[in-house]
Amino acid sequence: MTCCMINAEAVLAMKPRAFSSEEIALASHSLGEGLRQLDLSVPDVHCGGCIGTIEKALSALTFVSKARVNLTSRRVTCVYQETSHSAPTDPALILETIEQAGYRAHLCAPVAERDRTRNQLLLAVGVAGFAAANIMLLSVSVWSGADAATRDMFHWISAMIAAPALVYAGRFFFRSAWNALKNRRTNMDVPISLAVTLSYAVSLWETMHHGEHAWFDATVSLLFFLLIGRTLDHVMREKARAAINGLARIAPRGALVLQNDGSRRYVAVEDIVVDDEIAVAAGERIPVDAVVVSGESDLDLSIVTGESSPVAARQGTYASSGAMNLTGSLVVRATKMAKDSLLSEIISLMEAAEGGRARYRRIADRAASLYSPVVHLLALASFLGWGFIGGDWKQAMLVAVAVLIITCPCALGLAVPVVQVVAAGELFRRGIMVKDGSALERLAEVDAVAFDKTGTLTMGTPRLVSLDASDEADIAVAAGLAAHSRHPLSQALFRGVIASPSAFDHVTEVPGGGLEASDGATCYRMGSFSFACGSAPSHDHGTLSEVVLARDGRVVARFFFEDSVRPGAADSILRLHDMGIKTLMVSGDREGVVATTARRLGIDVALAALTPKQKVDACDRLRDEGRKVLMVGDGINDAPALASAHVSIAPATASDIGRQAADLVFFNERLDAVPHAIEVARRSASLIRQNFALAIGYNLLAVPIAVAGFATPLIAAVAMSTSSLIVVSNALRLNTFVKLHPAKGEADRLMPEATSA
Amino acid sequence: MNMLIYLIPIALLMGGIGLVAFLWSLKSGQYEDLEGAAWRVLADDEQEETRR
Repeated sequence: MTCCMINAEAVLAMKPRAFSSEEIALASHSLGEGLRQLDLSVPDVHCGGCIGTIEKALSALTFVSKARVNLTSRRVTCVYQETSHSAPTDPALILETIEQAGYRAHLCAPVAERDRTRNQLLLAVGVAGFAAANIMLLSVSVWSGADAATRDMFHWISAMIAAPALVYAGRFFFRSAWNALKNRRTNMDVPISLAVTLSYAVSLWETMHHGEHAWFDATVSLLFFLLIGRTLDHVMREKARAAINGLARIAPRGALVLQNDGSRRYVAVEDIVVDDEIAVAAGERIPVDAVVVSGESDLDLSIVTGESSPVAARQGTYASSGAMNLTGSLVVRATKMAKDSLLSEIISLMEAAEGGRARYRRIADRAASLYSPVVHLLALASFLGWGFIGGDWKQAMLVAVAVLIITCPCALGLAVPVVQVVAAGELFRRGIMVKDGSALERLAEVDAVAFDKTGTLTMGTPRLVSLDASDEADIAVAAGLAAHSRHPLSQALFRGVIASPSAFDHVTEVPGGGLEASDGATCYRMGSFSFACGSAPSHDHGTLSEVVLARDGRVVARFFFEDSVRPGAADSILRLHDMGIKTLMVSGDREGVVATTARRLGIDVALAALTPKQKVDACDRLRDEGRKVLMVGDGINDAPALASAHVSIAPATASDIGRQAADLVFFNERLDAVPHAIEVARRSASLIRQNFALAIGYNLLAVPIAVAGFATPLIAAVAMSTSSLIVVSNALRLNTFVKLHPAKGEADRLMPEATSA
Repeated sequence: MNMLIYLIPIALLMGGIGLVAFLWSLKSGQYEDLEGAAWRVLADDEQEETRR
């Protein structure tokens, strides 16, 4: 396994965005006694070497009193002193230190200290396991033929161990069952709770009357098995959630507001009011909807509207929140508060778009709504049957309980979660995070995929595709100029050419135009044709973007760029077509670019220049045709469609709101994640169906035994455990399937990529 | 039979000790970073000594 490659791009002179000390201070929280704690996300750590490197580097700082790397959640917790040598410390040094060690670090939402629910579930598993083991030991002695007095004593001890365990470990099921019944629904927890409480009550009754059989062991083991399934399910989702939360926040937390006296104050985004003037430096995002007051620059709207080429901004230009300011510093005047900005329009659209999530009923609940009435009626029928025909009501009660236990909600309760945990774990290893189990169920039904273009099918960053220059030296000059700019085309040029950049002392950037520098007597200009040569371009290059380098007004080199297609995109579209899935593209970008991309990737239908609302409509139209749509998108403008589609996937580079709206998030650069996720989902859907078939088949065998009154506690316990084991081992077959069908591009080492651009 | 009077409480007590040990390990955060713990075993030098 390769290890710890220093990420060259992270240490580029042009950092995508450094955090200001104020923003870092805002993100840290006080521990009292002059100490503050800062939680950082470091997406690149992946081995013991990384832990050592970062912890050593941070401990070397005098004001850091504790630094600990958590490899599971890829975070660093750093406790530092507010003051050192009677001067306030600068927390930005902590980030710089980590970056110098060769890792990207960014602020993330502070995590709750520990995952409370997970700990409660683990405690419950521990308690249920302890109780189950002890009661089982006592039961074995009873089954081996203890005499009456001993048997009664053992039953009493079992009852006393079981009571607190049931209350403590069973509360998750009781609560959820009660909620379901209150809303006149039924879910898997209803038969479970009923079986547990009834069997305990009857066993207690039997014990009091010196009966021969008690089901304490079955009662508690049932809980123990189910809690294990529940805990695994929770841990899996929590892991995915933590990974998604660890991604860089794209929306700014605050901004520099100009005060009346000319000073600048750092204000949290929520506190910006209309008519505030805000200074936005190059490389920062516009915090709220605003109008440019002074300054000139280019704005990158790719994450807002899907427009792939930057737009020039000057006085009076409207700048929507989330746009990236590329080349010059601006002063903008807020026209709306944060809560009314574009984002909130999007959020209200999302709420209006009734999601596939809201309408969907989990397969387990649908099964339960069939299963519980059947089982409960069966138990009631055998109770009444034995009561009226046999005339022995006590015996009738025992038979009814045996029926409830042996039909084993256990196998059914495990049938779904275990498969989904295995599937989610498999996807997690491939860098695909599943937010909840129902997403997998919905994904298995998909028969149409709608892709956004910018940032999803393409990387959203331009790539140098061809250049036309007579002299090597000119290319070096171009690279030297490009190193001074944040404009995506300059960055792409710098990355794309193989030449050692020439050094320039002084480069001026003309927003909306390009770069200018002089080297002795010669004056170099690089940018659009009209800027570089001062005349209109001779001919148009269609969909390619062009950058020209001119020496004293004469063109010496030309560079052509296009938005690079995400690796594996064409293969993925082919695979989707092979799976019988219809593909279409919904983009906010211009017609020409969209059509070209669609042709190249072989996508069936391409729609261009769509507003967020029209994207939702496109998904709805497909739904009305009876199709189940998977939406794949990243931008702010995709969020409503992501929320309204049957199921949705976003890349890790997506906007904050896009990541929130999506059901799945994939971390690797390749688009293979989409067909692969669908394949795994379909496979797990068929395994779930098999599990149901197994559980029902087993019931068909076991129920007659119980109804006939032959089910002793021993038989019930054995039957229950076997059925659970069968279901679990069947779920584990998913791994063998995945080994037989490895995804393409397996050689790519998975490195969760979090952008901070 | 008299034996049981002693043996059962002893058995329960031993099980209980195990349970308490598990609860303690959970509370003290030993399950927070399992992957990291696996690597820390292999770390050559003691980095645990933080300057307080």
